[in-house]
Amino acid sequence: MAKIPIQFTVNGEPREMMVEPAWTLLRTLRDELLLTGTKEGCSNGNCGACTVLVEGRSVNSCLVLAPEADGLEVTTVEGIARNGKLSHVQEAFVQEGGLQCGFCTPGFIISATALLRRNPNPTEEEIRLNLAGNLCRCTGYDKIIKAVMRASAAMASGGAPAT
Amino acid sequence: MVATARPGKDFKVIGTRPVRHDGLDKVIGRALYGADLKLPGLIHGAVLRSPHAHARIKKIDTSKAEKLAGVFAVITGNDMPLAPSKVVDLVEGAENMRYNSDKVMAQDKALFKGHPVAAVAAVDQNTALEALKLIDVKYELLPPILNVGEAMAKAAPIALEDLTGNHLGKKVPHTNVASHNRHEFGEVDKAFSSCELVVEREYELATVHQGYIEPQNATADWNAEGRVTVWTSTQGAHGVRKQVAGVLLLPESRIKVVPMEIGGGFGGKISVYLEPLAALLSKKAGRPVKMVMDRRSVFEATGPTPGGRVRVKLGVDRKGRMLAAEADLRYEAGAYPGSPIARGMTCIMAAYKIPNTRIDGYDVIVNKPKTSAYRAPGSTHAAFAMETVVDEVAERLGMDPVKLRLLNAAREGDRRPDGPRHPRIGCVEVLEAAMASPHWKSKLVRKGKDGRVRGRGVAQGFWVNAGRESSVAISVNGDGTVQLVEGSTDIGGSRASIAMQAAEALGIGAQDVWPIVVDTDGIGYTDVTGGSRTTYATGAAAIKAADLVISEMKKRAARHWNREPGDIAHGDGRFFSKSDPELKMSFKELSARLGETGGPVVGVGTVNIPDAGGAYGTHIVDLEVDPDTGKVDILRYTAIQDVGKAIHPSYVEGQIQGGAVQGIGWALNEEYFVTDKGAMANSSFLDYRMPTALDTPMIETILVEVQYPTHPYGVRGVGEVPIVPPVAAIANAIHDAVGVRLNQAPMKPGRILEALAARPAARSNGRKA
Repeated sequence: MAKIPIQFTVNGEPREMMVEPAWTLLRTLRDELLLTGTKEGCSNGNCGACTVLVEGRSVNSCLVLAPEADGLEVTTVEGIARNGKLSHVQEAFVQEGGLQCGFCTPGFIISATALLRRNPNPTEEEIRLNLAGNLCRCTGYDKIIKAVMRASAAMASGGAPAT
Repeated sequence: MVATARPGKDFKVIGTRPVRHDGLDKVIGRALYGADLKLPGLIHGAVLRSPHAHARIKKIDTSKAEKLAGVFAVITGNDMPLAPSKVVDLVEGAENMRYNSDKVMAQDKALFKGHPVAAVAAVDQNTALEALKLIDVKYELLPPILNVGEAMAKAAPIALEDLTGNHLGKKVPHTNVASHNRHEFGEVDKAFSSCELVVEREYELATVHQGYIEPQNATADWNAEGRVTVWTSTQGAHGVRKQVAGVLLLPESRIKVVPMEIGGGFGGKISVYLEPLAALLSKKAGRPVKMVMDRRSVFEATGPTPGGRVRVKLGVDRKGRMLAAEADLRYEAGAYPGSPIARGMTCIMAAYKIPNTRIDGYDVIVNKPKTSAYRAPGSTHAAFAMETVVDEVAERLGMDPVKLRLLNAAREGDRRPDGPRHPRIGCVEVLEAAMASPHWKSKLVRKGKDGRVRGRGVAQGFWVNAGRESSVAISVNGDGTVQLVEGSTDIGGSRASIAMQAAEALGIGAQDVWPIVVDTDGIGYTDVTGGSRTTYATGAAAIKAADLVISEMKKRAARHWNREPGDIAHGDGRFFSKSDPELKMSFKELSARLGETGGPVVGVGTVNIPDAGGAYGTHIVDLEVDPDTGKVDILRYTAIQDVGKAIHPSYVEGQIQGGAVQGIGWALNEEYFVTDKGAMANSSFLDYRMPTALDTPMIETILVEVQYPTHPYGVRGVGEVPIVPPVAAIANAIHDAVGVRLNQAPMKPGRILEALAARPAARSNGRKA
């Protein structure tokens, strides 16, 4: 299939590349840009392991075609920490034990980041609703929810946020 | 909450909550899983799978696929070496390599929908998928066998034609029942006749999947010297090596298995699926080959846990003392022998002391994927039956269900109904903790909003746990830190739990131990991360390795101070002379002097622990039933568990919470919808409905520590038992709410509505306030 050019920003870096029209954003990130932190669990938008930020909104990158990302700003899990410093969300996941196998974790980090940027002080119910698109089979969600609450509290207490 | 029932010694590291060693890599996206692997010259494999659940393969024509540009290799059953019958023990079940080979790639018959019939390696994934379309397979369709009833019916079609069943010791040809075993003690029939109350019920469970988010994957490189390297997502690299060797008829020494980070397993990543195919494709193509399953194949072709039927009959005297019990368990093995029937039989009555018991178990072949272990394999089914019958007995006697369980609880020295006597167990302690828990003591408000009604249920669970073989090597660095090399895959925090045990023994901090999971060339044999054995057995190996390090370092201190080795002691993280209190050195100080006192210090610990302390859990659930829709919402959930000694309490809680939520999914939503042709109709995460964050409450945990004496720190496995009680606890709570007893899982809205419609007008409410 003939490739077409796209320009987009990935984790703050401008990128120009040729993509096949049928490539998903997920495939482009993982196989072409070697950003393998974003995971593929189901390929049809049900598990959320491939969640990335597109223009600040959390989306399933397996459901976005690469050409659709032309001109847009994409952030993956690799772009959340800044200058070697974990974001509040990342720090809270580590501290709370909000992960076990870690495969769903990048998606949760992204979804939680999107939520807290929009709503820095969510209720438990709001957290659960906003993370319902991300499946985790290890934790039972308990410590993930607590990690997001912890990140929210850390942001409120005025620590320098990377998110 | 941690409640130490029998306090042990004081610990410095054990029982604290340091952050996990793999945490940073996992939150920044740097942890490498199998699908992330890139290699020079890498090509991609794909599998053609049978669209039929039971069919004879008449002919496979791969010629067109082979001619497609970009295709490097095509294989079918004809390329598989004829693996002889050889049983390989994988801790959570044993597999016969002949069947394992046939499961990996069908030889004569497709035995389940999704059964591999051919595989292709090509320059990229799309070309491989195109090539699959060019393979022409001619099938002769055979009638599929879809459940134990059909499989055991007279004149049933036979799935595995060469199978000889073992029926109570008798060899039986031409059968779908791979085995029928029995455990019997006392005089069961006579005892039933003297019971005041006998309750007998039959239960049915649907097939459910482990549901790990990372699909199976394997990359293999068969090099010119005939050595094979396999990178894979597995619960046990040595187990993969055994299976690849058994299926491909290679010596284990020619195979290196590299365990990548694993994205969940729960028992489902012990058996091999893609590894032998990737290896064969690589041999044929002369290139490394990577294969990643899609989600549909994961559902259709990797080990779910069996559907099946369980019948339980329980007799008590008028005080509620259990006098006799009988159980009949029939589990679907899938296409080849090996359901977790034996463990179902082990667990079903293990929470009770019952003088007269009989347990029958059947391992039944059906045209579904070969079942695999799934967290406490076989025990959840058994508990659904046993624990709802116990609840009904309590209801009919007007007894508190926890008190009834306490009255009959198994204790150390009691005979387990499958034979062995119980070692030190915490069955009584967890029930007592449940009774004293804030949840059990709280008052349940029975009325919900909009006509919804609430109920509370409780159930007990047991898992036997395992010990077995592990190897750990600890090398001391000059800066006082150590590298800990282990063969145990870390699924849920075992790097931390093993490192902490080593740190405790070495007298250093948890963060001074750097745990690394290595390939099969890099460490001695280690059994799978399964059977809740890792923190227990690999932990024991780590303590052994650490003790050897300390013993060698004492000699070094002696040399440094010019003392006899017997004069040196170790304590509080220091080495000191017993005769001269002035002579003392920290672990760090001494580690800087290893070169001058004799060279590097490495301790290697290996264990083969035959037994393990079984684990008990009591779960309490409050839920709300909507009588208009049949929907159930979980309102409050408490899991009480005997954890031996919680090495890292947060990660123990994490295991319990994760297991409980899997159990909630099993109870309420999850099932394989199988068509009459044997096809799974819901093979996606949209239609196979696992719990989301929105479906679950916080899971409260109470850790009860009844330390297990075989382990130096009292550890017992914690990972599996939390999936055992939820289905029964939820069934009991639904009964408490709406007065109907459901005997089928999942207890989905339709079933609840049907049961409500069928119930007698007068509603009985079992639980006393």
